Amino acid sequence: MREYDKRILVPLVLLPVWFLIYHFLQPMTDWFIDDYLGMTAGSHLTEALRFFIFEVPKVLLLLTLIIFLVGIVRSYFSPEKTRKALEGKSLFTGNVLASMLGIVTPFCSCSAIPLFLGFVEAGIPIGVTFSFLIASPMINEVAVVLLFSMFGWKTAVIYIVSGLVIAIIAGWVIGRLNLRHWVQDWVYQSQFGNSDSEGEKLKFTDRIQYGYNAVKEIVGKVWIYVVLGIAVGAGAHGYVPADFMASLMGKSAWYSVPLSVIIGVPLYSNAAGIVPIVSVLIEKGASLGTALSFMMAVIGLSLPEMIILKKVLKIQFILTFAGIMAFGIMLIGFLFNAIM
Amino acid sequence: MEIKILGTGCAKCKLLEKLTREVVEKNGFQATITKVEDITEIMKYHIMATPALVVNEKVEIKGRVPTGEEILNVLLKCY
Repeated sequence: MREYDKRILVPLVLLPVWFLIYHFLQPMTDWFIDDYLGMTAGSHLTEALRFFIFEVPKVLLLLTLIIFLVGIVRSYFSPEKTRKALEGKSLFTGNVLASMLGIVTPFCSCSAIPLFLGFVEAGIPIGVTFSFLIASPMINEVAVVLLFSMFGWKTAVIYIVSGLVIAIIAGWVIGRLNLRHWVQDWVYQSQFGNSDSEGEKLKFTDRIQYGYNAVKEIVGKVWIYVVLGIAVGAGAHGYVPADFMASLMGKSAWYSVPLSVIIGVPLYSNAAGIVPIVSVLIEKGASLGTALSFMMAVIGLSLPEMIILKKVLKIQFILTFAGIMAFGIMLIGFLFNAIM
Repeated sequence: MEIKILGTGCAKCKLLEKLTREVVEKNGFQATITKVEDITEIMKYHIMATPALVVNEKVEIKGRVPTGEEILNVLLKCY
């Protein structure tokens, strides 16, 4: 029993410490740069260093807290429960539900095939399955935390809502197109039998353990991209002219949106590396719509996942899927360039 | 004891295989460990997320990489 108590106590003790560090990060950074190192405020090097020393711990602190909480929330969900929730839902309702469950269900793209087959087996329409498969990688906690910490909550919300809309609409369109004949033949011939949807029975302390594991796994993997991305950002912050990207990725350049999607798709990066770089692009004159398209193309539309899906889908299906996604992402880009 | 690791070859699946082999070796279990990578074979175990740990044809852990301690507990239970 003792050990269980400890697992609840540790986060309770760490939380105030977290808030203290987070709250005093800016004054501590300023003290370190201006007083301890005695650097001249306003010079390129000083401001680049200030940006780096402030942003890295800030982003890592936010990531740790949010991933811990999301880890606990995800322990209440599983692919089996999600499948059960989606069974028998009509097309549009199914798409909406699948997109939202895509955010909270623990899922890694390496499980795309068993998940796809499991959904097919339960009679869930392919369009609904795709809403899940689109939303799940696109709207992930790492992307949202980075957007929130580098752009503020408005941009984070815009990203989440745009991602949801794309997942719902693209899935719905795929459903309406009735692409069943482009699914690999063996998928519908196989019978795997029903799996049980019994979840593991977990105590709350076990769920806290899920939170720890998520932090260890995700922060352990992405911290290096955060550091590198912010280092690139800090370098550009002080040294690249402010309107450097305006002609290429600014509002006036209509081709910037399709161009950023074409560049973004083969670029396979995670959100941790791409968001700090996008923040520099925006600072240097890129418009929000263009930056949003670029991010969604990089994070949400990945070549490796399409190659994985090749096992269950014919090439025509994958090309149609990529086309619909590219179109949707571009629409979002044009829309935000027009209204912001 | 017959142990199977189900996974199509992602990093997590390899990690689970490595951990399981370590636990088996360290504790001197008499066990055969097979890695199942064929997706139709994997689907016969009715799982929707990889990796999975199967002991004596029963799925014990699915969709995540457990700690060595948890694997040991599972193996002790099934032994």
